[in-house]
Amino acid sequence: MLNFILRRTLIIIPMIILISMISFLIITLPPGSYIDSYLANLQQMGGEVEQSRADTIKERYGLNDPIYLQYWKWVKGFPRGDFGMAFSEERPVINIIQERIGYTILISSLTLLFTWVLSIPIGIYSAVKQYSFGDYAFTFFGFLGVSIPNFLLAIIIMFVGLRFFGINLSGLMPVQYMGEPWGLSKILAVLQRIWVPVVVVGTAGMAGLIRIMRAEMLDQLRQPYIQMARSKGVDEIKVIIKYAARIAVNPLISTIGWLLPQIISGGTIAGIVLGLPTLGPKLYDALKIQDMYLAGTIIFFNIVLILIGTLLSDILLALVDPRIRYD
Amino acid sequence: MKNKDKLLEVKNLRTYFDTRRGLAKAVDGVSFDVYKGETLGIVGESGCGKSITSLSILNLVPQPKGKIYGGEILLHRDNDEVIDIAKLKRTGKKMKDIRRKDTAMIFQDPMSSLSPVYTVGSQIMEGIMLSHDVNKSEARERAIEMLRKVGISPAEQRINDYPYQLSGGMNQRAMIAVALSSNPSLLIADEPTTALDVTVEAQILELMEDLQQEYKMSIMFISHDLDVIGEISDRVVVMYTGKVVEVAEVEDLFYNPSHPYTQGLLQSIPKIGRKKELKPISGSVPQIYNLPDACHFAPRCPHKMDICTKKEPPVFDVGEGHQSKCWLYEEGGKRNEG
Repeated sequence: MLNFILRRTLIIIPMIILISMISFLIITLPPGSYIDSYLANLQQMGGEVEQSRADTIKERYGLNDPIYLQYWKWVKGFPRGDFGMAFSEERPVINIIQERIGYTILISSLTLLFTWVLSIPIGIYSAVKQYSFGDYAFTFFGFLGVSIPNFLLAIIIMFVGLRFFGINLSGLMPVQYMGEPWGLSKILAVLQRIWVPVVVVGTAGMAGLIRIMRAEMLDQLRQPYIQMARSKGVDEIKVIIKYAARIAVNPLISTIGWLLPQIISGGTIAGIVLGLPTLGPKLYDALKIQDMYLAGTIIFFNIVLILIGTLLSDILLALVDPRIRYD
Repeated sequence: MKNKDKLLEVKNLRTYFDTRRGLAKAVDGVSFDVYKGETLGIVGESGCGKSITSLSILNLVPQPKGKIYGGEILLHRDNDEVIDIAKLKRTGKKMKDIRRKDTAMIFQDPMSSLSPVYTVGSQIMEGIMLSHDVNKSEARERAIEMLRKVGISPAEQRINDYPYQLSGGMNQRAMIAVALSSNPSLLIADEPTTALDVTVEAQILELMEDLQQEYKMSIMFISHDLDVIGEISDRVVVMYTGKVVEVAEVEDLFYNPSHPYTQGLLQSIPKIGRKKELKPISGSVPQIYNLPDACHFAPRCPHKMDICTKKEPPVFDVGEGHQSKCWLYEEGGKRNEG
């Protein structure tokens, strides 16, 4: 087992190098560069930019170098935590990420927790009480959650908050708290708002999880070992949790790996609508204006999270299911 | 009969399934007794209701469609208490108490009847701790002892194995260990050897007979295999489309079958050395949603009479401890061969 973890971790290193290349390639694929689109924008607005000034900028950022040299310049700073400069804000990419990663992880983890804590018990309930009123009701609301677009739900909640309760729910905190040190009132203000993105993004993912959990439970409840456990006189609740759910949850555990990258890219649209200080909206902006190092770094982090997530899934699955143990 | 004390009386049991295609009468008016210490074989084709009968006795009929609609299942406990299982709540305390202390069941497929994520030992220990007031280390001792009894060795090591690490035969032994860990008075075995090789089957049957002697329990042995039934049973119940058609002691049944269905079954077993051609029963089992009005076997019966399609036959005594649900025995006497 330890051997397996070690081997898998070592494999990740060449993978990361490969991924850094691919993410760099992706962001250089669109024609032109940040400078080109910046100049075009200026000209459109009637501004005049001297060609020589543009050339100096390009020279400074090495945009005229061949692509492998550009890549090398970007990548060699990684060990020092230097991921290049963000053109639009004229400061290091790492600063922008540091600023936002905390909130991003906080909101995403709360969302994951919200989704899992609700959908697993609901899935179990729906399977045990198959075709009951409750089963149909949860299925209905689950699908409602999937089919309502995130941004619409976000707008509706903001509207209701403002119109009926007089609370502005956009952003993560009221403007007066920004830049203030953390205190009880600031925490309360954040708590008042943070549930909005959690609910908006969470409801979208819930129906899927409920359906998977329900189907898996139904499958397990039909297995002979369930009747065997009952025939021993095991309490029904224990039959459901200890026997059926214990195995039904395995497919969900194997998908944890896919959830980690959601930390960054999940809830991008809701993040934009709600004006959240998370990484999703930043990636969207960066891609729009070809802010290549910023976009590249966020994409790079995203893929690294997939790798770590997959490793985590494999280890967790091996822990919960003795049939899948690696020697 | 070895012992006349009744352990279980099933009276007019009716277990139906409410399905989209209609009411499926899987078990319809089944009555039989199980005596203390005997092995009662229940034989019939797939779908005849033998498994549902056994699940009804444990009150484990598949939900939500299946339900015991009527009848009595009387369990005589050691303390002279008589409990009607058919009236108990499925998940109620009393029912659980019966499952923990009085009954046990082993199932057909050994590979899927033990949970794959718990060790064999922990699944035996769970049963021991539910039925006896012992702590974990005592339960472990007993579990090792159980494994030894069912012939799994080295028991001290195998107790930590997961079911996927054992072969089918070993798993069936482990399941018997789980079932017997509660020291039950009634063991229901639902086709326990069907999924096994013939050589392993013989070992498992022998093991069950040995353990029956040791534990002095009654066994209800369900199978579609007449050879196995003949091997292990003291008495046999023959079922067809949810009804009992014949009950007899095992020799009686094999040498002197009374019901045309039983006769047909026996004639369709191949035997080495027998020159006669096999005679299969003509036609096929009627669909459970579309059963004949009177005798269910009438359309396939070589001795069909007028009354057979008009009125359902009652059960006639045809000999000592030998009953047959067939109009041929209306006069109480033996049918004239001719």
